[in-house]
Amino acid sequence: MTITDKILAAHARKDYVECGEIIEAKLDLCLANDITAPLSLEEFDKVGAKKVFDPEKIIFVLDHFTPNKDIPSAENCKKIREFSKKYGIRHVYDGGACGIEHALLPEEGLVVPGDVIIGADSHTCTYGALGAFSTGVGSTDLTYGMVTGKNWFKIPESIKFHCTGTWRKWLTGKDLILHIIGMIGVDGALYASMEYDGEAISALSMDSRFAIANMAIEAGAKNGIFKADEKTLAYVKDHGTRPFLVFESDSDAHYREVFEIDVGKLDLKVACPSLPSNVKDAKELSNVRIDQAVIGSCTNGRIEDLAMAADILKNKKVSQSVRCIIIPATPKIYLEAMRSGYLEVFMEAGCIISPPTCGPCLGGHMGILAKGEKAIATTNRNFVGRMGHPESEVFLSGPAVAAASAIRGSITHPSEVV
Amino acid sequence: MKLKGRVWKFGDNIDTDVIIPARYLSSTDPKVLGEHCMEPLDPSFAKKVSKGDIIIGGLNFGCGSSREHAPIAISALGIPLVIAKSFARIFYRNAFNKGLALLEADIFNEIEQGDEIEVDIATGTIKWGSREVKAKPIPPFMVELINEGGLINHLRKELEEENEKI
Ligand code: SF4
Repeated sequence: MTITDKILAAHARKDYVECGEIIEAKLDLCLANDITAPLSLEEFDKVGAKKVFDPEKIIFVLDHFTPNKDIPSAENCKKIREFSKKYGIRHVYDGGACGIEHALLPEEGLVVPGDVIIGADSHTCTYGALGAFSTGVGSTDLTYGMVTGKNWFKIPESIKFHCTGTWRKWLTGKDLILHIIGMIGVDGALYASMEYDGEAISALSMDSRFAIANMAIEAGAKNGIFKADEKTLAYVKDHGTRPFLVFESDSDAHYREVFEIDVGKLDLKVACPSLPSNVKDAKELSNVRIDQAVIGSCTNGRIEDLAMAADILKNKKVSQSVRCIIIPATPKIYLEAMRSGYLEVFMEAGCIISPPTCGPCLGGHMGILAKGEKAIATTNRNFVGRMGHPESEVFLSGPAVAAASAIRGSITHPSEVV
Repeated sequence: MKLKGRVWKFGDNIDTDVIIPARYLSSTDPKVLGEHCMEPLDPSFAKKVSKGDIIIGGLNFGCGSSREHAPIAISALGIPLVIAKSFARIFYRNAFNKGLALLEADIFNEIEQGDEIEVDIATGTIKWGSREVKAKPIPPFMVELINEGGLINHLRKELEEENEKI
């Protein structure tokens, strides 16, 4: 069995599961945000539920349209606060405690290896970086989970990405996942599990692994997953708050496909509009002018990303034709960036620093594009109109390309500016 | 259930950001969501579409976010069914949970915008002109769930039984 099979089997109290089998699994966490929770709460009332299965296992993060951008979004947050109070839910991340959900939960130690987690947010797959099974669901499925503590899953097929070689300077997990999505397409892993291993994965930081797991959904996958290694265990020791189990794929586990990737051959990647699979090397795009650069999101708003951006922006100026928006993903990351001097670098370079929020990533607020404008962003989606006007365009990259592009005003490989 | 309606075609990888852009997600009102359905691709779609019309998509329909606002927006326009070559998985679950029917069939290239089609959801038979195609069967587990009235009805029944016991 694969790691995903084993985690799901354990949560269904089974010794063995087969691909395609439908199981009912016990949930360790149920997550929703300020956009998806309101629909869940409506369903909760409709079914006549009197309580949630376990208030400690329900998490609400008010991160998308906050600090609230308009009256309806403020009303939604108010509803979530009232609901949480009524049902004794204390994991509500709001105000100064709010961060982008998928950066926040691991940091708060709420996720541990071996968990089964559902979230009414498609990037819930991020926690696979910790060796957990986590997947996005809709608000109705979430309500079912919140009330019963379980939900149904189809055991997915698994695809393995075996990664070897040595990473070149500036490359991060983002470049690898963009490369993979470019290779297999936005439905290349539809319904399947994406599993990563190999020396190039062991060499990666946790922040880079989070970025890779985060974008499993952009290949259509159900989840992305890594085995917990020493780095994971060190991370969990620092952050984790619950006992946990480490699962590992059997050496004879079945995979639908195995891809061999030499990361030493990769250069910095950019996904062009309007699909995350439209991937090119950053070097091929040097004539694309940009109006905005966004460094943040649940993919790349972590400290490693900000450190890399600061390294490039140090003693440089953002082009006068570019708005460069930096969004530390959580309050802790914000504080660490402040203490490390990165925020000063950003301010001196002429960047805008936003509070932790999803903001422009989904075209919510804090950096919406006008008709015809182009942005380079470290986010995960570049669909039509994702960051604003239907005729605006988003190019996706890692932090190094985004920072270098902000300086030059066009898509730039960092080696051209430092 | 038998359906008859006019066809609206949208291609491959129709994502939830075009089905309902995020800027409208501060509302949960089906009417508001319906008004903006498919707006980035066709700003007048909501006005042109009639109750009973059917959407035909290509590969990976509904990819992107987990927002249930997407099937709600489609249903709000009176569209009872989407037929596509394949569906993104979260959208697939959400649609069934919200009562929007989905069928998997590879008919995108053979059908014209505005064609009248007839669909028998139970058997998966799709007819237009002189043509007849069978959709991929809906997985038995999903059929069972639909027969129970969807996940939420299933839950409601479970809770009612529990409450009676108390
Ligand atoms: S940062 Fe973007 S992708 Fe991540 S949770 Fe927020 S809106 Fe979704």
